[in-house]
Amino acid sequence: MQSLVSVDQLEVHFAVRTGFMQSMFGKETPVVRAVDGVSFELGKGEILCLAGESGSGKTTTGKAILRLVEPTGGKVLYEGEDVRSYNRLRLRAFRQEAQIIFQDPYESLNPRQTVFSTVAEPLEVNNLCRSLAEKEERVAQALVDAGLHNPRELFLRYPHELSGGQRQRLAIAGALVLDPKFIVADEPVSMLDLSIRAGILKLMVDLRDKKGIGYLFITHDLSLAWLVSDRIAIMYLGKIVELGSADKVIKEPLHPYTRALVSVIPTPRRKVITQQSLLKGETPDPVNVPAGCRFHPRCPEAKPRCREAVPLYREVRPGHFAACHLLDS
Amino acid sequence: MTLLEVNDLTTYYKLKEGRVRACEGVSLRLEKGEALGLVGESASGKTTVALSLIKLLPENASIAGGSIKLDGKELVTAAEEEMRKIRWKEISIIFQGAMNALNPVRTVGDQIAETLKIHDKLTDREAWQRTRALFEKVEIDPDRVREYPHEFSGGMRQRAMIAMAIACNPRLVIGDEPTTALDVMVQAQVLQLLQQLREEIEMGLILITHDLSVVGETCDKVAVMYAGQIAEYGPTEEVFTRPAHPYTRALIAAFPDIEGERALASSIPGNPPNLLYPPPGCRFHERCSEAKPLCREAQPRTININNHHYASCHLLDRQVKSCRA
Repeated sequence: MQSLVSVDQLEVHFAVRTGFMQSMFGKETPVVRAVDGVSFELGKGEILCLAGESGSGKTTTGKAILRLVEPTGGKVLYEGEDVRSYNRLRLRAFRQEAQIIFQDPYESLNPRQTVFSTVAEPLEVNNLCRSLAEKEERVAQALVDAGLHNPRELFLRYPHELSGGQRQRLAIAGALVLDPKFIVADEPVSMLDLSIRAGILKLMVDLRDKKGIGYLFITHDLSLAWLVSDRIAIMYLGKIVELGSADKVIKEPLHPYTRALVSVIPTPRRKVITQQSLLKGETPDPVNVPAGCRFHPRCPEAKPRCREAVPLYREVRPGHFAACHLLDS
Repeated sequence: MTLLEVNDLTTYYKLKEGRVRACEGVSLRLEKGEALGLVGESASGKTTVALSLIKLLPENASIAGGSIKLDGKELVTAAEEEMRKIRWKEISIIFQGAMNALNPVRTVGDQIAETLKIHDKLTDREAWQRTRALFEKVEIDPDRVREYPHEFSGGMRQRAMIAMAIACNPRLVIGDEPTTALDVMVQAQVLQLLQQLREEIEMGLILITHDLSVVGETCDKVAVMYAGQIAEYGPTEEVFTRPAHPYTRALIAAFPDIEGERALASSIPGNPPNLLYPPPGCRFHERCSEAKPLCREAQPRTININNHHYASCHLLDRQVKSCRA
């Protein structure tokens, strides 16, 4: 598969704000290692899922790729070109091709903008339409592509007049109107009801099939990740611990963290949670990252070596990557 | 022994435009130490049922009919003074979104100790002692009782809410989406904790959620709500393996299940009806793939499918079938 986005050792560190006195005395400013050396490739028309708990750095990774957050290290290649080297003009063009869909369609839409002006805004900003008729045509097409039929009737509606599912479709239409090749979808369905989720997900997959859009799909819901994505990457504390095809990661996980997560995915028909399957404690603070393997304080299988050395992220089986000392022997 | 018996509960909200029939003819039964799941989409009336049970409804809402009996005692007609004694002592509630349910300017321990001082008439020292014990029970370091909510992680806040809910050893705890917004692992921890407490102090649990798997994990019985009414009711395993109502079937089909097939199920077409103007006949008929002309006209009866498994659907009604035949 041709590579669309290639991320190499991406780092996003945020400095924690400290007091004046502390900096006077030359104390080192603590750093939040939100994303700490993430590498992966996303093919054209591929759906890659970034999964993990809150605070694992999924969203920051997505934003850093689009340069909505400036990376502090590493490389992001978009169609072979480093996104970080873009000048203003090139960045602008890039942002037409790369879009983001946010989690909450109740908050991501401007309540005082009509459907038409919400979707038309990106066209206006980029000066893409010569006439009003053309603009209307493109907006209508984007709405239809997003699964909103009779778009012209919706033009003058406001977001509060739409249902949750329609709102998320509107947000998707806003992303589609510029004909993107790459979309970061940050928890696009977690605020929606079960009965309308499937429709939105299907829409995303259809758009991939029809237009060859590549997605970075960010979610904490592993069963959803398994359903829609081609490959899944599991993040823990700013690093990818495992990456592989959706089936392999969910059905034959390699990393103990993935195994623990998969073992507590609830299913309606059976009780799965037992005292043994629970991980102890909480995810550590990304300011004080544990030495060695980041997961070792919570890992049920940790060995002395895990406390000392950072495990190598490597291809354990063909196309299936993981970072764990236990897989080395 | 029956702990809670709800019969024909009906709650309306008054709006300028008219009455919102948020909950109509809801009947439930909960034995001591039993867990019941109340599932449905947003705006199906789940939370209205919960708030009716402890009578904490907003001002424009009122219980229009039916009865709620806790240990044989009628709550619908109980005076506010009486309800205040029942709340927290006998029925408590874990609210949705622990982030917002705790007071940010008071320490977590303080908020729990206050409950104990008011309801159990404990002295200051006793109350703090109990609070520390409760922290231990929900697996939070007791030395953190004097910390503020913002110093806790999401999972810890939710556990603190649970500690508050069980502080006075209530006989019934209502959890309104207690694990939504939590990560998988934290959700598993919270569910496991609720399960454990249920066994330890024999409390009844009503779990309100839109997540079928959470119900499958923790509840003995399940009630599926649609548009303010109960569509199907029965033992969890039975309902989830042999769903009788088309709505339940559609919900289960839409649920991603890693043990099932890896294919996107179809979503249920349309939206839930506006409860200001509920549709005539069966409230689900507009979205039902199996709807018959009769479904548009008459409200379905509640049919007993086999012991303790009920559903309200014309398609299951033998009388209707024989009429047509």
